[in-house]
Amino acid sequence: MESMNDGIGVDIAFLLLATLAVATGWRVFRTDSMVRASFFLLVSFIAVGVIMILLAAEYLGVAMFFMMAVEMTVMALFMVMFMMNPAGLNPMNMVHQERIAIGAGIAGFLILGAMALLAVFPDQPVPADLEPVRSLGNEMLGDSMLIFESAGLVLLTTMIGVVVLSSHRGRYGAAAEGSMPPGLEPGGDPAGKPEEDEAGEGEHHHHHHHH
Amino acid sequence: MTLATLLLLAAALIGIGIYGALSQQSFVMLMMGLELILNGVMLAAVAFWAFSGAGAPEGQLLTIIVMAVMAIEMAMGFALVVAVFRGKQADMTESLTGLKY
Repeated sequence: MESMNDGIGVDIAFLLLATLAVATGWRVFRTDSMVRASFFLLVSFIAVGVIMILLAAEYLGVAMFFMMAVEMTVMALFMVMFMMNPAGLNPMNMVHQERIAIGAGIAGFLILGAMALLAVFPDQPVPADLEPVRSLGNEMLGDSMLIFESAGLVLLTTMIGVVVLSSHRGRYGAAAEGSMPPGLEPGGDPAGKPEEDEAGEGEHHHHHHHH
Repeated sequence: MTLATLLLLAAALIGIGIYGALSQQSFVMLMMGLELILNGVMLAAVAFWAFSGAGAPEGQLLTIIVMAVMAIEMAMGFALVVAVFRGKQADMTESLTGLKY
């Protein structure tokens, strides 16, 4: 395609976007704030979306912007709702098996990178007269309609599953079960309940804290 | 911008994602690692479509399917986080020792 390899401008843009995508992708796991982490991930996705547009896949690139903007906003909301330290006020590095993880990440990059450099892929660029959006639309509502519709059905199934998983237990359990906060430890008192009679039970509390 | 450089970028994103998915203790951070892996997969799919697929529309369709997979992963992941949080007040992978509580 002409527009793809057209001059040094596209190459410079790609280099900057690639650096941005990798750098922000890395920062996701290196920032103290979980909200910031989700916005770093959003920037990484947007950089990849712009690269898709540079590759003439306009529809996919723009779809990426919209989808990821919504997804990452939801993610940031979840961070505020559930996670500790969403604002990054304290240093945070919550990792386990980090050496294995680093090794697996580097191994994955090296194997895939070696394939990218050493494998021989057919050189069949997009024809210059192809309209990518039109051809994608014809495919989705033509030959591949069953696949496309199946994706819709799976998304519906997901919605039902999500509602089942995240709703309060009612019919198949105590109605009030879901509305009482669970204890901080299994079987403990409900969390967030105000302490009763601190002075009178001081000794008892002291004992309790040791467990 | 060649197929090789695009695939290298995709490999880097997938590698970072593998690191994140394996190393993070918080469920949502773990999901971010999975998302980064899928980000690299989508980029590789578009790169193959643009340079090796002769413009076959199935290449773009594959990317749409991966996007749907990503949406499903997010939705189910968050639903599971909510369910686990209800049951155990936990947001860390270590606090779960079994699939049932």
